[in-house]
Amino acid sequence: MAIGKKDIEKIAYLARINISQEESKKLENKLIGIMSLIDKMQEVNTDNIEPMAHALDVSQPLREDEVIESDLRKNILPLAPETEECLFIVPQVIE
Amino acid sequence: MLNLSIQSLSSHLEKKTFSSVELTQFYLERIKQYNPSLNAFISIDEAKSLSMAANADELITKGQKSALTGIPVAQKDIFCSQGWPTTCGSKMLKNFIAPYDAMVIEKFNEVGAVNIGKTNMDEFAMGSSNETSYFGPVKNPWDLDLVPGGSSGGSASAIAARLAPAATGTDTGGSIRQPASLCGFTGLKPTYGLVSRYGMIAFASSLDQAGPMAISAEDCALLMNVMSGHDKRDSTSIQRDKENYASKLNSPIKGLKIGIPREFFGEGLDSSVHNVIDSAIDEYKKLGAEIIEISLPNNHLAIPVYYVIAPAEASSNLSRYDGVRYGYRTKEYDDLMDMYFKTRQEGFGEEVKRRILIGTYVLSAGYYDAYYLKAQKIRRLISEDFTSAFKKCDVIMGPSAPSVAFNAGEKKEDPLAMYMQDIYTISTNLAGLPAMSIPAGFVSNLPVGLQLIGNHFSEAKLLNIAHSFQQNTDWHLESAKGFE
Repeated sequence: MAIGKKDIEKIAYLARINISQEESKKLENKLIGIMSLIDKMQEVNTDNIEPMAHALDVSQPLREDEVIESDLRKNILPLAPETEECLFIVPQVIE
Repeated sequence: MLNLSIQSLSSHLEKKTFSSVELTQFYLERIKQYNPSLNAFISIDEAKSLSMAANADELITKGQKSALTGIPVAQKDIFCSQGWPTTCGSKMLKNFIAPYDAMVIEKFNEVGAVNIGKTNMDEFAMGSSNETSYFGPVKNPWDLDLVPGGSSGGSASAIAARLAPAATGTDTGGSIRQPASLCGFTGLKPTYGLVSRYGMIAFASSLDQAGPMAISAEDCALLMNVMSGHDKRDSTSIQRDKENYASKLNSPIKGLKIGIPREFFGEGLDSSVHNVIDSAIDEYKKLGAEIIEISLPNNHLAIPVYYVIAPAEASSNLSRYDGVRYGYRTKEYDDLMDMYFKTRQEGFGEEVKRRILIGTYVLSAGYYDAYYLKAQKIRRLISEDFTSAFKKCDVIMGPSAPSVAFNAGEKKEDPLAMYMQDIYTISTNLAGLPAMSIPAGFVSNLPVGLQLIGNHFSEAKLLNIAHSFQQNTDWHLESAKGFE
């Protein structure tokens, strides 16, 4: 399953990353190489094998849903590129 | 002074031969002198470090001292440290000042250790040469033309040049062990889940694990005693009683069964590195160990599987960098979409973008089963290889990396060659196993690391096995010329 220019455009869109014409060319060769490395997996028969999502096969622990933190607004808002009062500012989304 | 163990430094602090402030000043001076040529640190804050040292001195005077009180520790810049820049080696987080402490930082603070600075690293921990950092490449103290390995290259360079007596690293595919090998010191990647990932900037969450980097196994044991422990803020943190990792250091290793996987000694391994590893294993034979040949038949699939799973998880984890809540935002944009696209184009470096794209591809509709699910299935096969191996042996040994340190620039434009650096380390991340790299000898004056892989939760045993070697050899005490 060779990766091509069209695929790169599509995944770059999904990943929300601009790719210039120049970058795209360079990228294509490298991604083809990486995907051919990954394709070695296809030689292996994996019928009836359970996928492994966690190295120790443990399940997610549950905890009580408690409020444990105070209002962190004053610590967090100053980190944003643009804010107004207590809001994150983004370009207008809704007309 | 430079080769003193943490325990000796600590007893000097206790006896007041010198204070923590003096010790911290000593290392800050060394950083000032050598960091310009090594680029091991991204941020240093003398005032903060010295104030932490002054607090430690107070604790010592009050008799409230523990093993790490007053000891300077270099922190990989992946750990959020309140009030410190925490960049993860990326332009994206260039101006990010962490609003809270990672659990690892919290633990070191609790015992009064001194944060001596934040170390350079490959961007978002993606790399094996520390050349992907936005803050410039790190140099290997053994030869400034060579790479220190990565991604914990700054911590590695700092330990090798003795700019700090201890450091932290993280290891997703080999990022503690490969630099430990290339820079000649001791590093441990613990069992997955033993050290909390809370506040540790995420790369591949099912693989990321923090661990200690220091001169010796004994030092690593003391660092582990501080770093490890259950944390309910990390849902993958293991619930387990706290262990004393230094308690078994001196246990006899006579009769130890060492498994040697034939797959670690085949094509791709530099023959001089092979010889050094053979001699190290001979040393263990002299100490009474028994050698058993084993096989890890699926090891060659570890890199393909890793380059599906790690980028897939990274593409999801790194979607948070959108220029809205924190981090970099592009200067000019037309609308929200344009802002996202340009922010991520400009904020991420090449390797990070490549991995996000690979991850997006393998998770995208129509490819999920063929890549992501397939990789998770083979991950189980790789893990089962270890389960079978540990029925026959107590520890697995082999090289940590296929070669000694290589030239800067040599593999930068060839991702596949770079990825091969982790051929012996990645499978243990996939299986969640603990593993170490310890200095085992030299090839043309460059250090070679021996890798020790243990079963889940066998850190104390691994440290014991490493310590026995270090009681009988001096490789770990060799230091780079020009930094004495």
